Amino acid sequence: MSITVSNISKSYKSVKALENISFNVKEGELFGLIGPDGAGKTTLFRILTTLLIANEGSATVADFDVVIDYKKIRNNVGYMPGKFSLYQDLTIEENLNFFATIFGTTIEENYDLIKEIYVQIEPFKNRRAGKLSGGMKQKLALCCALIHKPKVLFLDEPTTGVDPVSRKEFWDMLKRLQQKGITILVSTPYMDEAALCDRIALIQDGKILQIDTPQAIVKHYPKPIFNVRANNTYQLINSLKAYEHNHSVYPFGEFVHYTDKRADFEREDLIQYLESENLSDIEIEKTLPTIEDTFMELAK
Amino acid sequence: MNKKNVIEAQNLTKMFGDFTAVNAISFDVKKGEIFGFLGANGAGKTTAMKMLIGISKPTSGAAKVAGFDVFTNAEDIKKNIGYMSQKFALYDDLTVKENITFFGGIYGLSRKSIKEKSAVLIEELGLEKVASKLVGSLPLGWKQKLSFSVSLLHDPKIVFLDEPTGGVDPITRRQFWEMIYKAANQGTTVFVTTHYMDEAEYCDRVSIMVNGKIEALDTPKKLKQQFNVANMNDVFLKLARG
Amino acid sequence: MKRFIGFIKKEFFHIFRDRRSLFILFGMPIAQIMLFGFAITNEINNVDIAVLDHSKDATTKEIINKISASKYFSINQFIDRESDIEIIFKKGKVKAVLNFEEGFSKKLIKDNKATIQIITDATDPNTANTISNYVNAILQQYQKGLNEDITIAYQIVPQTRMVYNPELKSVYMFVPGVMTIILMLVSAMMTSISITREKELGTMEILLVSPIKPIQVIVGKVFPYIFLSIINAIVIVVLSIFIFKMPVQGNLFLLGFESVLFIITALALGILISTISATQQTAMMISLMGLMLPVILLSGFIFPISSMPIPLQVISNIIPAKWFIIIIKGIMLKGVGLQYLWKETLILVGMTIFFMGLSVKKYKIRLE
Repeated sequence: MSITVSNISKSYKSVKALENISFNVKEGELFGLIGPDGAGKTTLFRILTTLLIANEGSATVADFDVVIDYKKIRNNVGYMPGKFSLYQDLTIEENLNFFATIFGTTIEENYDLIKEIYVQIEPFKNRRAGKLSGGMKQKLALCCALIHKPKVLFLDEPTTGVDPVSRKEFWDMLKRLQQKGITILVSTPYMDEAALCDRIALIQDGKILQIDTPQAIVKHYPKPIFNVRANNTYQLINSLKAYEHNHSVYPFGEFVHYTDKRADFEREDLIQYLESENLSDIEIEKTLPTIEDTFMELAK
Repeated sequence: MNKKNVIEAQNLTKMFGDFTAVNAISFDVKKGEIFGFLGANGAGKTTAMKMLIGISKPTSGAAKVAGFDVFTNAEDIKKNIGYMSQKFALYDDLTVKENITFFGGIYGLSRKSIKEKSAVLIEELGLEKVASKLVGSLPLGWKQKLSFSVSLLHDPKIVFLDEPTGGVDPITRRQFWEMIYKAANQGTTVFVTTHYMDEAEYCDRVSIMVNGKIEALDTPKKLKQQFNVANMNDVFLKLARG
Repeated sequence: MKRFIGFIKKEFFHIFRDRRSLFILFGMPIAQIMLFGFAITNEINNVDIAVLDHSKDATTKEIINKISASKYFSINQFIDRESDIEIIFKKGKVKAVLNFEEGFSKKLIKDNKATIQIITDATDPNTANTISNYVNAILQQYQKGLNEDITIAYQIVPQTRMVYNPELKSVYMFVPGVMTIILMLVSAMMTSISITREKELGTMEILLVSPIKPIQVIVGKVFPYIFLSIINAIVIVVLSIFIFKMPVQGNLFLLGFESVLFIITALALGILISTISATQQTAMMISLMGLMLPVILLSGFIFPISSMPIPLQVISNIIPAKWFIIIIKGIMLKGVGLQYLWKETLILVGMTIFFMGLSVKKYKIRLE
């Protein structure tokens, strides 16, 4: 096991940030912590990177205890905090050099690990970090976190505030790093990124809702889900909510996701009902649940 | 045209020195429409929005917002629009009520109407118990819903939302979109700038900006058909990669 | 060691790239020395005064001549009536009026006693005080000249001699003060800001999750500022020697050693401030309010400690600047060595050890 977390709890004054969290991450796994802001993701990252001490429970990273062996962990992990944490007034090259030196290594020594990412920003190596675009900053931060060849990589919301193209590139990079044997724990508030992880933990209000592979999580969704559409979305939502058989009604992109209380859903009945509510152009079709549907069902 | 346009932009352009941040964009937004204004960081969407809300003068082109010209009537525009951003929303060190009173005040609402409106607003959002608490102590999702309601306080014709729902939990996010649908249903135009593509799926129509130009403008459904992909994220990826 | 050098290199990058701070860092001492040396002064020069001479005899003429011959006063006008005094004060033309009583000369010879009234405009009490002192001094000198011929039994003639600063040059007083302020500011404020900046940026998190030791971070942060502060101290001393002709009576090496000691005290304070503040803004506020004000008000730089109320005198003892000012005044003006200053030096050493110990104890190897 690369990371073990058992019964971790952490409070700040009266606020419970984490409540009895347990999970394991296998060696070489890409594990995602999926949850909204304030769910406790950052607190958990800080406990695992030895920056905070939990009130209860224990955890190990790369087989070292996070409290007792904190110095050893600091030598063996790479950490990219949520906020862009590089020196804005230093150039790309100077930042990288600095982090290499404080980890007691050089850029040359581990160049093959970061090469793929670094070549993309190398043309701008004399530019100050503060003047880089979001995507480039993120690549630089990843290079800095990797420069000492860590066994475990902690990435706290690496894709927040980054555009879709850079997000995609970033996840591609993570996949390749994983193939090089690095264990990766990544957190994100974006449910659509969950599918890119080997396993995920859904987390909200300091509690883990579920841990499994993304495929298994959606597979275990308890009910059939229907995409419903009509000429007026706002009225559609209100009407569905007033429908006596509704189990859940959530706007979902251009559709409304609807689940029914009854074991066998009567499509015609719902159409009739919606028409009686003065809605037109009604479309109802079965759809596959997403991680987000599961999350909402569990958090309900 | 069966509905009135509330935003009309023709060849709207903004240059910074030699750099063209917004390159001759043209589009219309109808009354009561939810319009998604998408683009990567640096694509020019913030610059374009600043011109529309009257805080930045276009280099050339023409635009009317809520019936007012962006060149000559910027002050009138400001009175007729609401604005909400994830970065700046409400004052954390003021209470819910104080925030409402303050923002009502800067939009020139009378004391009586502020009182009435804040009572309605607090009740609708279910904030009765926390009305006298500091906004900073509320969960993120509540803050965002409150901040959206505050931006609607003066019954603006158009409300501009800058990346409104990043980081919020899925259920609160749904509630937020329901509020947007409601506002739109009542005739308020909603202009959403974002680079989160799943937010785009909720809009009636979306435009996608790449390097200062609008490269695509249609309903999400038609755009997905046009590019033959499953979601807006892939539409964006295809467009951005040329 | 390589880590440490890498860290220091990075710190110098930060400092040299922040042009504005750098300018303040080196511009400020020069500006302050010039300001205090030339503009802000409690010496008086060519102060305009008026004379109301009711007797107009030989003695009063002589005294008036003596006063107007001095470089301190120039006689702006003569007035004839008491009622004019208030008028000219209101016009703000003169700072003082000398009022000689009638029959001045006669009275002086007959009764051995005559009166001059010195009326000063006390809206600026310091200047008013100084003016009346200077006039008194001139009168006394004149009196002494008269008395040389006559011997009066048992007369006490006070002879004041200002030692170490016979010309009462205020720059002599300001240089040690300014040097203290600058060293305190550069060392304490700059280090505390630079450490809290890392916290604010979030880079402190990365540094903590790395093998670099806390002590290396602290010393690495402090080192560049020791260097800068020493340069500043040298600039101040050189300026005061060459521009203001300030003597350095004592040992320059001792001055250097004491300055470095004080710099380290201030740095230790800076680190301590950074451990209790979360943002650069707080660090700056604490440095300004907590360090600058006491240095200016309680160190004896501007207001003499001996004339403060007892509680403030007691408090002044915990201000490191007080001891440093005593030390540099001792070295520069009196030329005394360590045999006279060992007590103050020891106090500074003790304070440094205390602050260092406290900040190392307070320095967190984790967040909160």
